[in-house]
Amino acid sequence: MTNTMTGAAMVVKALKDQGVDVVFGYPGGAVLPIYDEIFQQNDIRHILVRHEQGAVHMAEGYARSTGKPGVVLVTSGPGATNAVTGLVDALMDSIPLVVLTGQVPTFMIGTDGFQEADTVGITRPCTKMNWLVKDTDKLSETIHQAFHVATSGRPGPVLIDIPKDVQFATGTYTQIEKIKVSHYQPRVKGDIEQITRLVEMLETAERPILYTGGGVINSGPRASQLLRDLAEATGFPVTSTLMGLGAYPASGKNWLGMLGMHGLYEANLAMHGCDLMINIGARFDDRITGRIKDFSPGSRKAHIDIDASSINKVIHVDVPILGDVASVLEDLLQVWTARGRKLNNEGLAKWWKQINEWRAVDCLSFNNTDKVIKPQHALQRLEALTKGMDRYITTEVGQHQMWAAQFLGFEGPNRWMTSGGLGTMGYGLPASIGVQIAHPEALVINVAGEASWLMNMQEMGTAMQFRAPVKQFILNNERLGMVRQWQELLHGERYSHSWSESLPDFVKLAEAFGCKGIRVSDPKDLDDAIMEMIRYDGPVIFDCLVAKHENCFPMIPSGRPHNEMLLGDADTQGVIGAKGAVLV
Amino acid sequence: MSPLNIKKGSSSHSAYDLRDPNAEVIEAHTLAVIVENEPGVLARVIGLFSGRGYNIDSLTVAEVDHTGHLSRITVVTRGTPQVIAQIKAQLARMVPVRQVHDLTEEGPSVQRELALFKVAGKGDARIEALRLAEIFRANVVDSTLESFVFEMTGTPEKIDAFAELMRPLGLREIARTGVAALARGL
Repeated sequence: MTNTMTGAAMVVKALKDQGVDVVFGYPGGAVLPIYDEIFQQNDIRHILVRHEQGAVHMAEGYARSTGKPGVVLVTSGPGATNAVTGLVDALMDSIPLVVLTGQVPTFMIGTDGFQEADTVGITRPCTKMNWLVKDTDKLSETIHQAFHVATSGRPGPVLIDIPKDVQFATGTYTQIEKIKVSHYQPRVKGDIEQITRLVEMLETAERPILYTGGGVINSGPRASQLLRDLAEATGFPVTSTLMGLGAYPASGKNWLGMLGMHGLYEANLAMHGCDLMINIGARFDDRITGRIKDFSPGSRKAHIDIDASSINKVIHVDVPILGDVASVLEDLLQVWTARGRKLNNEGLAKWWKQINEWRAVDCLSFNNTDKVIKPQHALQRLEALTKGMDRYITTEVGQHQMWAAQFLGFEGPNRWMTSGGLGTMGYGLPASIGVQIAHPEALVINVAGEASWLMNMQEMGTAMQFRAPVKQFILNNERLGMVRQWQELLHGERYSHSWSESLPDFVKLAEAFGCKGIRVSDPKDLDDAIMEMIRYDGPVIFDCLVAKHENCFPMIPSGRPHNEMLLGDADTQGVIGAKGAVLV
Repeated sequence: MSPLNIKKGSSSHSAYDLRDPNAEVIEAHTLAVIVENEPGVLARVIGLFSGRGYNIDSLTVAEVDHTGHLSRITVVTRGTPQVIAQIKAQLARMVPVRQVHDLTEEGPSVQRELALFKVAGKGDARIEALRLAEIFRANVVDSTLESFVFEMTGTPEKIDAFAELMRPLGLREIARTGVAALARGL
C-alpha cells in the first residue's frame, strides 16, 4: 500500500502535498527520522539556520513576502523553547506559520527525559493552535488541519509536537481531500446591513479617513487593489499602521503616511479630527490610539475585521463588520455604486484643505548637516537610490525601524517585513534571509540598528551558506537609540545601559563570515557606498556610522492624545508626566 | 488646533485601561462553552482567563457527548459589559471551541450546584443540624455517632445559606462542584 508509511515519511509527504517548497530548520535527536527523510528527497529545500529563533523569523519573512505559510522544523527541548519568541512574534502580527517540533518518545513523556520540555504547554498561549500527536495514523490529518488553521481567518502560527516513536512507527497517510471538513470556518462575508450602514455614513461624511492595517495585506493582493479602488473612487485620505504599509501606495495622492506614536503629523491629526473613521484590518493598538479617552473624540467609527475579538476590544465602534477585508470592500463598493456613488464633495474639499495645511508643517524635516550622516538622511538616500527596483525591506526594532517606516515608500503589499506587535529585536536579519530565499533575484535590505542586529547576527552564516545576497543596512549610532531617547525624555537623561560598548568591527566581521563589509561615516561618500552595496553580488554588512543622539520625531508621548504631538527637540521639555512614564 | 469643533468626550474605553474600576457596573455572567474534548482544551480555556486577567468564580467541565467528542465547560465570570463581551469573543475564536452561550444574557436559565458538607457534633447541635438539613432537603450520605455528611443540590445561594447555618453547628469541610447550568425552555 502506498498509503502506509512511517510517521517521518508522512511529515515530508504532507508538506509536499501542501505545496511547501522550503523548510527552515535545525536538526537534533528528536527529529532525526524526519531529517533522514529530508535527506532522501529533492522537492523540499531545507535551510539550515544557526539558531531556532532565526528559523522562525526566516519563515515569517518568507510568509509575509509570499502570502504562503512559512514552515519550521526544530528538535525537542531547547529547539522548541528557542522557537518561542518567533511564535509570539508571528501570533502578534498574524503571520501564518506551521512549526514542527520533535518530542521525546511517548513512553518517556513526563519523565524529565533528555531534551524533554512540555512544548505544547509552553507554546499554548504562543500559538493560534497546537497539537501533540501520539498516534502515527493521526499525524498526516493533523498536519493538513494545521495548514488550514494557520491560513484561515486571522492567520497565525500553529505548532505540531511529534514524539520520536511516532516518527518511526508505521501508519496510514490521509490525503488532503480525504480529511474531515474542519469545524474551524471563520466568517468571510460581512453582514450586508452593517455594510449598508457604513455606506450611508460615507455618503455624508465631511471628514472621513481610511485607517488601514495588516489585515488588508493578510487578506491578499485583491484586498489591496480594492482599497486602492475605494480610495480612488471616494477621494478619502488613507493612513496605515506599521503593519499595513504598502497596501495603499506611498505615491498615491490620498496617502497621508503612517499614523501612531511615530506617525506623521497630518495622519494623526486627521485621525483626531475626522468625523468618520473606517478601520480596515487594523486593531486599535496602543501605539496607534495614544490616550484612549481622547482618541478621535468626534468621529463615528466603523471596523472591518475577520477577528471578532478585535472589534470593541479597545475602542468602541458604531459599525462593526465581521469579515474578510477583500470580501467586505467588494460588497461595500457594490452597495455604494448601487446607491449612486454619493459623496459629500463640499465637505471633502474643506477636509483636504485642512489636511494640506497640516501637511505643510512638513513634520519629517530634520536639520541635515555635511559633518555627520543623519539616520534620516541615510534612509532618504537609500530610498532615492533603490526606488523602482524589485525591493523588499525588513527591519529590526527601534528608532531605525520608525525612520524606515517614515522615509521609505512602499508601492505594493508584501514588500515590508517588520516586527510590529511584539517588537522583537533580532527579527530583521533572519527575516531578510527568509524573504531572499523566496525571492532569489530581488534586492532584499534589512534596515537595522547595530544593537538589534547583533541579537541574531549568527544567521550571516546561513546567508553565506545558502547564497542569500541580503544587504544589512546598519544605522550604527553605538546606542540603543530608542531606549536612549526615552531615557532622555522620561528619565532625566540618565542613560542607564543604553550604549553599545565593545562593538565588533563590522567590516572585519563581514570578512570573517566571508561576505563584504562597507563602512561609511562621511555624508559625501554615502551614495557611492550604497551603490556599492546594491551592486555587490552577495551578502553585505553595511556599517553606516550615524549621528549618535538623534531623536525620532514626530512622537506622541505615552499617555497623550493624537493632537499633542512632539515635532522636534524643542517640544520635549517636561512633556511626559509620571502617569505617562508608567506606560511603555 | 480646533477649527473642527470636536465635541468633548467619547464612548471609547479599553478592557485593559487603568480606569476607575467603579466607573462601570461589574456583572456576573454564566457562560456555557461547548468544546471539542481533546487533550489540553481545558488548559487552553483556563489559560485564556489567567493570561488576559479575567476572573473565574466557578468552573465545571465534563464530556457531554461521547460520540461527538464534545465537552461542556460552564464558567461563571464577572466583569464590565465590555470585558464580558471580550471574554466571549476570545473564547469563540479558539479553534476547539464550537459554541459560546451567555446564559445570563440569552434568557432565563436554571443553575445548580452539588455540595457535600461534613458536620460534627453531639447532642442538641446534632439534632438541629439534621432538622435544618431536612428543611433544605439535604440528604444524609454518611453518618457516624459524631458526624454527618450532607449532600445538597441547589443554587449557589442556597448552598451558601446552608453553609452559614451549619457553621455554628460544627461544620468541618465543604466540597462543591461548581455551577452546571442550562437555558430554560427549548
